[in-house]
Amino acid sequence: METTAFQKIYTKITQITKATCSLKASGIGYEEIATVNGRLAQVVKIQGDDVTLQIFSGTEGIPTNAEVVFMGKAPSLKVGEELAGRFFNAYGEPIDGGPAVEGKEVEIGGPSVNPVRRKQPSDLIPTGIAGIDLNNTLVTGQKIPFFADPDQPFNQVMAEVALRAKADKIILGGMGLSNDDYLFFKNIFDNAGALDRIISFINTTEDPPVERLLVPDMALTTAEYFAHEKNEKVLVLLTDMTLYADALSIVSNRMDQIPSKDSMPGSLYSDLAKLYEKAVQFPDGGSITIIAVTTLSGGDITHAIPDNTGYITEGQLFLRRDTDISKVIIDPFRSLSRLKQLVIGKQTREDHPQVMNAAIRIFADAANAKTKLENGFDLNDYDERTLKFAKGYSNDLLAIDVNVDIDTMLDTGWRLFGEYFEKAEVGIKDELVEKYWPKK
Amino acid sequence: MATKGKVVGIIANLVIVEADGPVSQNEICFIKMPGVDLMAEVIKIIGKKAYTQVFESTRGLKVGTNVEFMSHMLEVTLGPGILSRNYDGLQNDLDKMDGVFLKRGDYTAPLNEDAEWEFTPMAQAGDKVEAGSWLGEVLEGWMPHKIMVPFKFEGNYTVKSVVAKGTYKTKDVIGVVTDEKGNDIEVTMMQKWPVKVPIKAYRDKPRPFKIMETGVRTMDTLNPLAEGGTGFVPGPFGAGKTVLQHAVSQQADADMIIVTACGERANEVVEIFTEFPELDDPRTGRKLMERTTIICNTSNMPVAAREASVYTGMTIAEYYRAMGLKILLLADSTSRWAQALREMSNRMEELPGPDAFPMDLPAIISNFYARAGFVYLNQLKKDSKEPESGSITFLGTVSPAGGNLKEPVTESTKKAARCFYALNQDRADSKRYPAIDPIDSYSKYLEYPEIQEYLKKTISEDWVDNVTKVKDYLLRGKEASEQINILGDDGVPIDYHLRYWKAEVIDFVILQQDAFDDIDKSTSFARQKFMLDQVLAVYNTEFKFDSFEEVNPYFKGIINTFKQMNYAEYESDKFKEYLKEIETKINERKAV
Repeated sequence: METTAFQKIYTKITQITKATCSLKASGIGYEEIATVNGRLAQVVKIQGDDVTLQIFSGTEGIPTNAEVVFMGKAPSLKVGEELAGRFFNAYGEPIDGGPAVEGKEVEIGGPSVNPVRRKQPSDLIPTGIAGIDLNNTLVTGQKIPFFADPDQPFNQVMAEVALRAKADKIILGGMGLSNDDYLFFKNIFDNAGALDRIISFINTTEDPPVERLLVPDMALTTAEYFAHEKNEKVLVLLTDMTLYADALSIVSNRMDQIPSKDSMPGSLYSDLAKLYEKAVQFPDGGSITIIAVTTLSGGDITHAIPDNTGYITEGQLFLRRDTDISKVIIDPFRSLSRLKQLVIGKQTREDHPQVMNAAIRIFADAANAKTKLENGFDLNDYDERTLKFAKGYSNDLLAIDVNVDIDTMLDTGWRLFGEYFEKAEVGIKDELVEKYWPKK
Repeated sequence: MATKGKVVGIIANLVIVEADGPVSQNEICFIKMPGVDLMAEVIKIIGKKAYTQVFESTRGLKVGTNVEFMSHMLEVTLGPGILSRNYDGLQNDLDKMDGVFLKRGDYTAPLNEDAEWEFTPMAQAGDKVEAGSWLGEVLEGWMPHKIMVPFKFEGNYTVKSVVAKGTYKTKDVIGVVTDEKGNDIEVTMMQKWPVKVPIKAYRDKPRPFKIMETGVRTMDTLNPLAEGGTGFVPGPFGAGKTVLQHAVSQQADADMIIVTACGERANEVVEIFTEFPELDDPRTGRKLMERTTIICNTSNMPVAAREASVYTGMTIAEYYRAMGLKILLLADSTSRWAQALREMSNRMEELPGPDAFPMDLPAIISNFYARAGFVYLNQLKKDSKEPESGSITFLGTVSPAGGNLKEPVTESTKKAARCFYALNQDRADSKRYPAIDPIDSYSKYLEYPEIQEYLKKTISEDWVDNVTKVKDYLLRGKEASEQINILGDDGVPIDYHLRYWKAEVIDFVILQQDAFDDIDKSTSFARQKFMLDQVLAVYNTEFKFDSFEEVNPYFKGIINTFKQMNYAEYESDKFKEYLKEIETKINERKAV
């Protein structure tokens, strides 16, 4: 960032920690940005004329006589149509060798949408993956994370969903992305010929962790521009939010804040909610849908990060390896899309809700049967049939490599019911059974 | 002269102000940023320094900015026009705000001061009155809205005059009362009240003695919520807290519902905004929105206003209770409010209690729950010595961290609330909704002799005994299922299978309920009694089975028919057909 004439330059830093530095200055606004020897920093605390700055790239090598210049504004981004197809770093600077973007400068992390001006999300997002479309249908304006262990192919599934989702713009916010994953995204978008509708803000593992804190705000500010001003359907991909939260805890720790559960800052819920709540259906047709990734450690969802996320997002998608079919499936028990009720049976066939629930119920019975088997008990006839059903259900519907339309998914469900069960065993409303039960 | 001050420190939304005069705890002040005033509340005072929590983003705020203190606490404005409104946590009317995005410092009037109300006097000159006495009424939509002697008036007053029947605006004087010293005081239709102070303008607060019908079977039948009672719903995410609250808000037998969306998802409030104006209130035939007021401070709105939102909701509830109405107040979720307290306590560098929550959290929560209740008002019924009555029934949700019920907010709330509806992850995972755990949950009200009396009188003599039995049966079913899992299907006597499956019938028919089915979503007490009798009849039947393998399909069949019955209109031909079918099925297997 260039300094302009008549800007005051401070050169007396009074305190330096790993992420912050303090100095005496006056007339400084809260959350204002500054540069410290050229590194971007933001005001996080003002007490009298003591100003504390958080330096995004860390304080290594910062001397007490570093040059500090205040910019008189909050972090901002230039937005415009030119953003499309470009790759940026956490500060919004191009990393693809292209020119800087000219456009309207807007502050990132802007105000929330007035809840009474929001529209109820109502457009189904078909992905072709039955574990999503059938059991956990996505809707525009929704926010939903993948909960996955680090070894699971969440980025692949997310990229697949993004490309099939028919969005006008896809915005990728990569936090602590490995360089390999960054190149993966770049390639898959390129191969799909979709680069022109993709905008990426990337912080890789090579970059300082605190810089990540800017990435989601950059991505969402861009999303708001396209969704609100251009009335486009925007899909925002945020991966990995666990690394974002880790960066938050680093900063709060450096600021001597009292940690709450799992060493996370007490404000974790509000911090995450501020981002996820940017998902919205605008009255004029534009929308922001957020699909995020929260990596778990050993599937533990009681950790503060997935726990707070689950309370904020509208459901979660769980990936799990099903050893019976040797494929990754979308776990029907722990996954949930809270907004599916708005579309299933309304924009999809009338039997959708009941088929979905009946199949999951039988799948639960199969899980019980499996436990019985593992404990060395004999299975009864019903148990045997649920196990057969479960295998078919996993393979033909839950596996992430399924790609069919929703009517086909429902027909597959009925076919599996018919193959293994009597009508009374599935517990579906009589009218629907009469209409859809497969004819022998 | 009002106290003024200057900003000397800023840490997120904690702003330290040096004041030039007296400042009181919880006083409201405005920080005069160029072009925009930020509202803040004093939460700590040290010497000349007032620590204030700002209800807005402090971005761009500078040291040295002027501050004006208002010499009053955070207040709500009470008067006709609150019903059916959508407010934020500080009672700003959200519909009056311009633009799609919320603007900082955009404060809008809660009442429409130009609206004209048709006033009918109720008191006359010479009447002895006190705070909360009814001077007259206006029709707010369909609801008779009482115009009362302001709650701030202490002691006894005599009515000097009340205006004649006619049309008036909220700020017009509608009466004059004289205090004991002979001073005349004018009364308008509008008054203000500080949200953190309970409105105590009532005579007496007895123990609750009636049931609030919610239409949710697992609550009404097993663990009923009393009118004027308190309850809370803790549960991990995805267990169905919000769906349950929405179901209750749609069906509960109350005159007015106040929904406080406290730090939760905006889309959930949007669902209420969208659906309530369309949905019919089954009790009155009017639209649900006509009996609802929404206080909405979603999770992305400023944290400090989140704390205020639950108090704003409660104060409005107290105002309407004083009119003799039956109010249901819902708060989703009280954990977010506790987290807001934690964030501020943390910024003030207070020594933390468990999980970094403030030490006084249990006290704050129980004080809040104590504001609910059934009350006898100061106002007497017309031509009678009997007092009028009103009630606030409060149902809050708690979002325990990690789904662990041993965390501070759940534990503190458990001490304060009388009904406990624990949502169970396993039930939710197997889609047994509502996922209220029938064994862990309780309603203390069932033990109240006055409530037992009421249930015996209004439902049936054997109701309370039957409910106790059902709870035992469910527990026995659970034990049987554990035994079967340990010993294997053929390792236990057939009786165990029967006990398990009979409990499953209770579970599927009574406990589980489809919140998205037009008929099943709400069940009247008459129907609940009828269904409980049917299910108990099955339970008390001696069946004969030759092997355990016959038990499972037989009961699946029974459950299936009962479910169809739940989907059918009560006492319709279809309903009766299913009933017959069940009888036939029972007779097939009955031991003779």
